Amino acid sequence: MEVLSVRDLSAAYRKQIVLERVSFQVHEGTLTGIVGPNGAGKSTLIKTLLELHPKVTGEVRFFGSTLKEMKHRIGYVPQRGTVDWDFPTNALDVVMMGLYGQIGWFKLPGASHKKKAMDALERMGMAEYASRQISQLSGGQQQRVFLARALVQDADLYFMDEPLAGVDAATERAIMATLQELKSRGKTVLVVHHDLQTVDQYFDHVLLLNRTVVHHGLTEDVFTYDNIIRTYGGAIRYRKGDEPVAHPAI
Amino acid sequence: MEGRSGTEKGMSLLHILLSSNTQWVLFSTLLLGTASGMMGCLAYWKRQSLMSDALSHAALPGIVITFMLIGHKHLLLLILGAAVSALLGALLIQWVTLASRIKEDAAMGIVLSVFFGLGIMLLTIVNRTVSGNQGGLDSFIFGQAATMVRHDVQMMLLLTLVVIAIVVTLFKEWKLFLFDPDFARGIGMPLVPMNILYTFALVLTIVMGIQAVGVILMSALLIIPAVSARYWTRSFGRMIILSSVFGGLSGAVGTIISALGKGWPTGPFIVIVAAGLFVISILFGTQKGWLIQRLELRENRKLAKGSIASHQSRPVLREEEG
Repeated sequence: MEVLSVRDLSAAYRKQIVLERVSFQVHEGTLTGIVGPNGAGKSTLIKTLLELHPKVTGEVRFFGSTLKEMKHRIGYVPQRGTVDWDFPTNALDVVMMGLYGQIGWFKLPGASHKKKAMDALERMGMAEYASRQISQLSGGQQQRVFLARALVQDADLYFMDEPLAGVDAATERAIMATLQELKSRGKTVLVVHHDLQTVDQYFDHVLLLNRTVVHHGLTEDVFTYDNIIRTYGGAIRYRKGDEPVAHPAI
Repeated sequence: MEGRSGTEKGMSLLHILLSSNTQWVLFSTLLLGTASGMMGCLAYWKRQSLMSDALSHAALPGIVITFMLIGHKHLLLLILGAAVSALLGALLIQWVTLASRIKEDAAMGIVLSVFFGLGIMLLTIVNRTVSGNQGGLDSFIFGQAATMVRHDVQMMLLLTLVVIAIVVTLFKEWKLFLFDPDFARGIGMPLVPMNILYTFALVLTIVMGIQAVGVILMSALLIIPAVSARYWTRSFGRMIILSSVFGGLSGAVGTIISALGKGWPTGPFIVIVAAGLFVISILFGTQKGWLIQRLELRENRKLAKGSIASHQSRPVLREEEG
């Protein structure tokens, strides 16, 4: 089933087109890496899809319907740097923010919400940090809190903006395990990813983006040396370890 | 002799406090401080502390123009004029920032001073034409809570309660709105109405405070309690409560002090009391207050010395909490 369908999407920043006629479809239960050079419009793509950034043209359908109708089925993990971690609150509180939509206006979270949030922290290996001030968490721990907040939303389609940027190895493993688990439960996940070395290991689908969709499809078909060079305009040295890339498609 | 004069002083203070007008005024500055403390927290985390200063200065021409139009001092209408003028200032700041290369802080600086200058200019004209400063508009510059009549005070009470209700009932929503607006929009929170409500409550707080605290010092009552509260807590909810307590205390104590002298302006005293609370907070606050940090540093030095002595070169890892 198609959970996301994008047709001819364009977006601009200050009269400069950053996304041009982007079209692609995403199917249920897939884990897609959105890959491309700096300034390719990866974050803008996610923000435009979620209407956090205005689109110029194009049509986006979620589960065959509009964003407004399907908002409750969509989860979003923004880049860690977009919020002020000095804000006076603790990890559990941030995770509970993912439940605000369910709790409804004016009401305060109750014991059942607290339990849900604790469970999500537990899944991210963060249970012992529940009452820790968020400013005192490491970058990786902050990222896990964001992931936990997305988990409590219990969405069917997730958008994550660079969840693996600047995190430690343990956090990267924890996050990838969570994404795999989401996928195995039939959820659909789109992740902006910057590390070319791990793309084929982490994602079953790849969207190569540079202002427009250069290629999109199964990782094994699309993530080839030639396609990467085309996406990055040649200005890239793609190596695995010390060896030049040995990709089956080349 | 000494004892007697002391008693007399006590009597006169008691007398002032017992007068029903003072009680009303006291109650209104208390509530005003409470509301300002709350809105100040929101403004602080929206990174708009300076914006509140610009808004209050921008309110002055509105007050004077309204007075020129209606010809007498009708507080509700003057407040309305102040609000219109403050909002105009806010829009102008936004427009300058968006339409030119001027950054927001510079735009605020321009709008703040130009509006204030315009206000003072108009005020001078009014004071010349209205015989012997009947307008009493000068009190809007430094604040003169005592000039408020009961009717004014009642209206102020009602409006402050509106502001307090807006902050309290939407507490959870404000928290998300301030911490992570992108995520808030993602889960369907309407940001534009939230922004409008926030601006409305902020402007309401400012224009209400103008009569008691004055356009120049009003922003201090928004900013200082909030930053003081930050030194005592790590929770947003407690920060709002503490900030409102600090604000209310400053309002009440400042009013009492200014009531001791005839014609003493309220605003400066309120701000000085707030500043006193701030100094206490920065020195003795439990969250990164000066004293606590000194003590922790000494403790850590002692520990480091001890561990070096006993383990020589072995590094000691210590779980850090605090």
